Amino acid sequence: MKLITAIVKPFKLDDVREALSDIGVSGVTVTEVKGFGRQKGHTELYRGAEYVVDFLPKAKVEVAVADQLLDQAVEAISRAANTGKIGDGKIFVCNLEQVIRIRTGETGEEAL
Amino acid sequence: MKQFIKTIIFFACLGLPVFAFADPAPAPVVDKGDMAWMIVATVLVILMVIPGLALFYGGMVRAKNMLSILMQVFVIFSLTSLLWAIYGYSIAFTEGNAFLGGFGKLFLKGITADSQAATFSKGVYIPEYIYVAFQLTFSAITPALIIGAFAERVKFSAVLLFIALWFTFSYLPIAHMVWYWAGPDAYTDAAAAEAAGATAGFLFQKGALDFAGGTVVHINAGVSGLIGCLMIGKRIGFRKESLAPHSVTMTMIGASLLWVGWFGFNVGSNLEANGLAALVFINTLLATAAATLAWTFAEWLIRGKPSMLGGASGAIAGLVAITPACGWAGPMGAILLGLVAGAVCFWSVTFLKSTLGYDDSLDAFGVHGIGGILGALGTAIVANPALGGTGVWDYVANGVAEYNLLGQLTSQIWGVGVCIIWSGTVSFIAYKLVDMLIGLRVSEEVEREGLDISEHGETAYHH
Repeated sequence: MKLITAIVKPFKLDDVREALSDIGVSGVTVTEVKGFGRQKGHTELYRGAEYVVDFLPKAKVEVAVADQLLDQAVEAISRAANTGKIGDGKIFVCNLEQVIRIRTGETGEEAL
Repeated sequence: MKQFIKTIIFFACLGLPVFAFADPAPAPVVDKGDMAWMIVATVLVILMVIPGLALFYGGMVRAKNMLSILMQVFVIFSLTSLLWAIYGYSIAFTEGNAFLGGFGKLFLKGITADSQAATFSKGVYIPEYIYVAFQLTFSAITPALIIGAFAERVKFSAVLLFIALWFTFSYLPIAHMVWYWAGPDAYTDAAAAEAAGATAGFLFQKGALDFAGGTVVHINAGVSGLIGCLMIGKRIGFRKESLAPHSVTMTMIGASLLWVGWFGFNVGSNLEANGLAALVFINTLLATAAATLAWTFAEWLIRGKPSMLGGASGAIAGLVAITPACGWAGPMGAILLGLVAGAVCFWSVTFLKSTLGYDDSLDAFGVHGIGGILGALGTAIVANPALGGTGVWDYVANGVAEYNLLGQLTSQIWGVGVCIIWSGTVSFIAYKLVDMLIGLRVSEEVEREGLDISEHGETAYHH
């Protein structure tokens, strides 16, 4: 099993969720996060003061998938979140040792 | 009518023929329309302070200091209300010398539901209690304006002590100097006018015009704010960390409540619901719209983007500038004054402040001080009948007096100068005193953590 963590533009979140649903992913966790990458920040002006905002808001999507679904899931996310412009985000993939469904106690792929 | 008959009997007793009584002083009348308007106007000014000013300022601080601003405004309003009833009204609005009134109405002594206060028309009066309450709201909003200059770094206890001192020694004398006069009915002929004039406040005698408080409220508070932020020093992280407003949305709501409430402030200052009130209303509306546009376009042109904070700030700048002039300007003069105020205040908070390097957190001086001075001086120009103004009423001749632009400008400079020096001096001493007694500034640790948690034991937002 793999854990996919995708950092995407907030307004692409719905597209990503839809694309994942289409390939049969049954659950994701979403967090509002801030960070910086190549896009860097932007400048905000408040009356006389100028502030450089280094950390831009992004959406972090976490999804656990069975090994055979990994490629499809990664492709679905990158297609849905792509605008071609700097700041589209990144996808990280890690091995996932165990998954437990709390209600039933099922483990492994059964619990995904 | 009863009064009239009494007067006839009086003159009959003196043996004077009744026809000699051709121009009687009109008997005092309270008009229910005036009274109803003054109740509404007073409530509107309260709306400006709580919640208007509190939200306008609150939105501009960081989230960790939101409640400190709301609480300072809320409690200053309550504190000055009581001080006003106990001694403020008496010192500001009873006869004394040219700088201070008397103590005859301490604790509102002698005022009853039947007491009357003069308006600007001969023979027209309003109940004194509503006049006391209306003027109370002015004395309450003025000190609350100052806190914007030293927001995010001052002890709550120090704010309250400073405000009590400043209210007593700056607001009350300036209000007396600018606004106290015997009322129009005292101006029956040249000799009576001279006698009545000698009892008026110092700046009133100088001929300084201030319809709704450009000098008494805005220059007074703005200068005190400037002295405050210079003496207290900059916030930790000024020019290094982000001190950005936590909610421009709140600031917009606050600015809008101020704009709406300002119709009570300016139009209420006319004390009557008549044609002049309508002129004050349209002037207040147009100057504010003009200043909003001026700030917005100046910012758009020079800084690249028109910001909501800029739009809201422009509106306040326009309101401040039209305040002294609103009863004497014509609508086009009001627009002119608004346009200049929006652009000049934009310059003052954007460039003047960075050049001089002081940390006037929420621009109490940049908007109220500068806008107030501009409005006070501009009043001399827009009041000119040649520029569509109303000119100045002569209560002896019962007509508009010949307008002397240079003379009026000199009078206005007197008002501005005296207010700057008086408020500056009182503020300096009061800040020093408070600093010695309890300390003005919070510790670095408290400032980092935020005033809400450390000074008030609560947080504005729970995420």
